[in-house]
Amino acid sequence: MLRDNLRSIYYIALKDIKTYYLKPPAVSWGIVFPITWILAFYLRNPGDFKELVPGLIAMTILFSTTAADAVVINFELRLGTLERLLLAPISLSAVLLGKVLGGIIFGLMTTLVVTIGSIIVLGLHLNFLYLILIIIPSLLVFSSLGALLCVMVKEVFEAQTLLNFPRFLMVFLSGVVYPVSKMPAVLQYFSYALPLTYTVEGLRLSFSGDPGKMILPHTLILMGFFFIFILPAIKLLYKKFE
Amino acid sequence: MEDIVIQVSDLTKFYGKNPAVSRISFEVKKGEVFGFLGPNGAGKTTTIRMLTGLSKPTDGKASVLGFDISSRIIEAKKYIGVVPEISNLYDELSAIDNLLFTAQLYGVARIQRKKKAEELLKIFGLYERRNSLSRTFSRGMKRSLTIASALTHNPEILFLDEPTVGLDVVAAHSLRNLIRNLHQQRITIFLTTHYLEEANLLCDRVAIIVKGKILTVDTPENLKDKTETKLLEEAFMKITGLEPTIMLIEKGK
Repeated sequence: MLRDNLRSIYYIALKDIKTYYLKPPAVSWGIVFPITWILAFYLRNPGDFKELVPGLIAMTILFSTTAADAVVINFELRLGTLERLLLAPISLSAVLLGKVLGGIIFGLMTTLVVTIGSIIVLGLHLNFLYLILIIIPSLLVFSSLGALLCVMVKEVFEAQTLLNFPRFLMVFLSGVVYPVSKMPAVLQYFSYALPLTYTVEGLRLSFSGDPGKMILPHTLILMGFFFIFILPAIKLLYKKFE
Repeated sequence: MEDIVIQVSDLTKFYGKNPAVSRISFEVKKGEVFGFLGPNGAGKTTTIRMLTGLSKPTDGKASVLGFDISSRIIEAKKYIGVVPEISNLYDELSAIDNLLFTAQLYGVARIQRKKKAEELLKIFGLYERRNSLSRTFSRGMKRSLTIASALTHNPEILFLDEPTVGLDVVAAHSLRNLIRNLHQQRITIFLTTHYLEEANLLCDRVAIIVKGKILTVDTPENLKDKTETKLLEEAFMKITGLEPTIMLIEKGK
């Protein structure tokens, strides 16, 4: 049973990547959008570009993992292809985890491209272990957040609208371009309720090379967010098919 | 005693306060073509959804191949194929990739997947188009591919929900021949259809369901004898008490 589920999670993710993620809409939303956004800030102040790299990577993770969620869940729900998965001898959790894994793999590919590109072009030094301890849980968090929001609604356009709200909220309040420490105190409290804040801060730690600062709390908090998002997502999907 | 592969007892499904299916009971024997007939909204698709694990019953019991649908449906799913009313293919995948994906989900051994997919594509006359995206297929071709997809893991029971809806005469004829073929291979077929003559031609037994309740289960011949009619359609009308809309208009109802 566990083997059947694991095998299906892998094949569902693979199918989604082939069918949806490697298509122009997902690629442009997942890669082109964060890069364009950051470039706009670079043109405003080229001297601080190295400071923007953690934000750029965090945005890439956020946008790439959620780039095709509305399609892989809501569009498939509408077409009946999601039901095709549910007819297979696997658990409903495996179906949703397959969808989440698709976002994670696509997110990882795009994040690697952006990270390696930034390191080479800007000659950055970083702590690889820290980087892994932040990027992996962040991919889990944002892919499951996308899944949760998509199972909450029925239509593709509703899902896309709903996805944009936390995306842009986090971009503005999680220190992507403006440091959290310089925000008003009330907004700072709010920032620490958002997962992207821990991704950005963790990435800054990875690039600062400061071994005195612990990365593990960020990793654990991000894993906490993952469970906060994925468990209700599975429950909601179960409810849809009751 | 003949093997019973589907056993349904007092199965009930409510959507909110509305009963979609109300305390239905019937059995399906191994290798038979069992027709599930009824007008729109009678509860046919709801019953299929419960028997295939897409929807949970509100009350009652049912088992498929001895597996209880409430507690062991995943085990049952290994042995059933489902062809829904609307084709559920991945438009952006080729015909062969659609079949290979199903084979992967059902755990068909790696070395058998391609062989099985190609064999099915040949049977359904789609082999020449195996690398074409399924979105480029006609409705009939999509229907054939959907059925092929449901057969990739050699199911023991095939659920067909309105399989010939929207097909032209030739495609519908081919499909009926295929159902006969599967019947000869002792695959149990659970068929819902609006076309009563189709049921008459294909089914060993039929159940008639109206407003969520089963009115009768019998062979088409017995139903015609009991109602002293020549066509299953006439028998259906007598049993259900339904009248064509045009007659109701003439009667001023």
